[in-house]
Amino acid sequence: MDAQTLTYLIVGLTFALYIGIAIWAKAGTTDDFYVAGHHVPPLANGMATAADWMSAASFISMAGLISFMGRDGAQYLMGWTGGYVLLALLLAPYLRKFGQFTVPDFVGDRYYSDAARTVAVICALFISFTYVAGQMRGVGIVFSRFLEVDITTGVLIGMSIVFFYAVLGGMKGITYTQVAQYCVLIFAFMVPAIFISILMTGNPVPQLGFGSQLADGSGMYLLDKLDGLSVELGFGPYTDGSKSTFDMFCIVAALMVGTAGLPHVIVRFFTVPKVRDARLSAGYALVLIAILYTTAPAVASFARLNLIDTVSNAEYQDTPAWFKNWEAIDLIAWRDKNGDGKIQYVAGAAFEGAPQFTEGRGVSGERLLSNADGGSDNELYIDQDIMVLANPEIAELPDWVVALVVAGGLAAALSTAAGLLLVISTSVAHDLFKKMLLPKITDKQELMFARMAVAIAVLIAGYFGVYPFAFVAQVVAFAFGLAASSFFPVIIMGIFYKRMNKEGAIAGMISGLVFTATYIVYFKTFDTNPDNWWFGVSPEGAGTIGMTINFVVAYFVSRFTSEPPQEVQDMVERIRVPRG
Amino acid sequence: MSDNKGYWKDNVSLVLKLMAVWFIVSYGAGILFVDFLNQFQFFGFPFGFWMAQQGAIYVFVALIFVYVAKMNTLDRKYGVEESDDDIPAEDLERGGE
Repeated sequence: MDAQTLTYLIVGLTFALYIGIAIWAKAGTTDDFYVAGHHVPPLANGMATAADWMSAASFISMAGLISFMGRDGAQYLMGWTGGYVLLALLLAPYLRKFGQFTVPDFVGDRYYSDAARTVAVICALFISFTYVAGQMRGVGIVFSRFLEVDITTGVLIGMSIVFFYAVLGGMKGITYTQVAQYCVLIFAFMVPAIFISILMTGNPVPQLGFGSQLADGSGMYLLDKLDGLSVELGFGPYTDGSKSTFDMFCIVAALMVGTAGLPHVIVRFFTVPKVRDARLSAGYALVLIAILYTTAPAVASFARLNLIDTVSNAEYQDTPAWFKNWEAIDLIAWRDKNGDGKIQYVAGAAFEGAPQFTEGRGVSGERLLSNADGGSDNELYIDQDIMVLANPEIAELPDWVVALVVAGGLAAALSTAAGLLLVISTSVAHDLFKKMLLPKITDKQELMFARMAVAIAVLIAGYFGVYPFAFVAQVVAFAFGLAASSFFPVIIMGIFYKRMNKEGAIAGMISGLVFTATYIVYFKTFDTNPDNWWFGVSPEGAGTIGMTINFVVAYFVSRFTSEPPQEVQDMVERIRVPRG
Repeated sequence: MSDNKGYWKDNVSLVLKLMAVWFIVSYGAGILFVDFLNQFQFFGFPFGFWMAQQGAIYVFVALIFVYVAKMNTLDRKYGVEESDDDIPAEDLERGGE
């Protein structure tokens, strides 16, 4: 059986499984649709949270990013796991005790205000749409490379699958599908990692492998060799950072706090039966996430070393098939600047901007480009998003492993997309219609609204998947900044600071959000020169400043306005204790 | 309510202690002192690099489980734990799905 057929087979099987689960777990009530009836056992919720959480960015992009960033890649590793500590200790148990359906529910009730609820709904929609666009893009990339359809068709296929199980099953369908998707994606991530670790270091545990000696008999530590090669080619040592300490600090904080403020993650803790299950399932979720997150940096260094070994000074004509396959879909590009037919891969940009291919082939058969040369001798452009997907091919693993990785990438993207679409539909049907515009609708009608909202959201998400605005991981970083600067502070203060009132919360959310969105958009589009960043904080770290502004503004505004009514203060007392 | 006040105080103090560890392993070892720690070799890793890409995550996991265990003890000490009969019987049956 050839690789293509095998890939279709494995992907087809996993899709059939998801659809089967969706039919089995059809939602009958809004309770089922929004929070799976509060009946999800902690371990299942941990698995669902992990799948919900680990997106196309974690599965497809992260190891690739780390691979090119070296030690600075730790920003994603610490940022996207440390947030779970905040979630478990500061948010999950109290929100579960509060016991409603959504984050805007909490904001609206705690701050006794439909204005606050509206701001929260807008934040939730904004965050979820930004984030879901990245997932659809991931689906498109995977489909176009491995199933040889164009990106648009790939996005359409992904959309119809998500459409089917999200509309039918709601949270209940999504939860149990995510449990299955977790198993698929973690298996798919670990198998090639273990294979490659054994090949390169003889150690079957990738986490230990990248700190081991190479299996080639040289007795050299893998990281030492990687550092040496990186320096030789003009990149800094792999285990050193290049970002400023303060910027790194801000980025990690924004990602951590953003994680804890993401509505699709928070809402998962509404689905367990008890407060103590909410705490425990946060623990399970982090263990299951940590399996991937501690493997990713190992994969990153294996991939980096393999890549350099394979392409550096290789004749273009002798490069393996994967090289040309990725070039064919625009994600690898090579310009033979010195005309020697070999790939010179050194530090610096090969040419300006993303590759613009022209018709026609060069002397060695490479695709020609119209871009202006970059200011270096580097001849190679590699899209960071391809590293995980290309890794099994680079390491020459069997076809079924490649097929498995494809299924895993799709599982990661689809599970996250489904969770986000649910937040979008709940925000519209529950927070907007039921709670504000049409309070008289019945449960059945609300359910219908929710299903329609999912359907419309899928279409919009698909549009952004076909016409994306940045790398998968960058799009996601934007969502984090927004979550960090809006939800996290108001929820924290809602629980830990009884005196916080609606005026403070609304002023805080709006100022945090406006600052962060402006900063990111301005420095990503109008002024892309890093020298102009305030205090050297990159747009990815803007959420940290936005969050601080939110806290400060909220505090002062609340000091000068009246304290919240007694029943709200009683409610805060109530959510602080598990019983009653 | 006085009982609940004591519970809340203990809860906040536990959370603060755990957050201090959280801060030290990630922002401390992984960012602020990473270059200093890199001069120490830890198996095949520079230690700062290992903390940033591996160690911090293991500590995060441990922190949550310590929190779960301590909070369960605290819940019982103040008698605020949820008993199983807080949940209707039919919910318990469905809970195993």
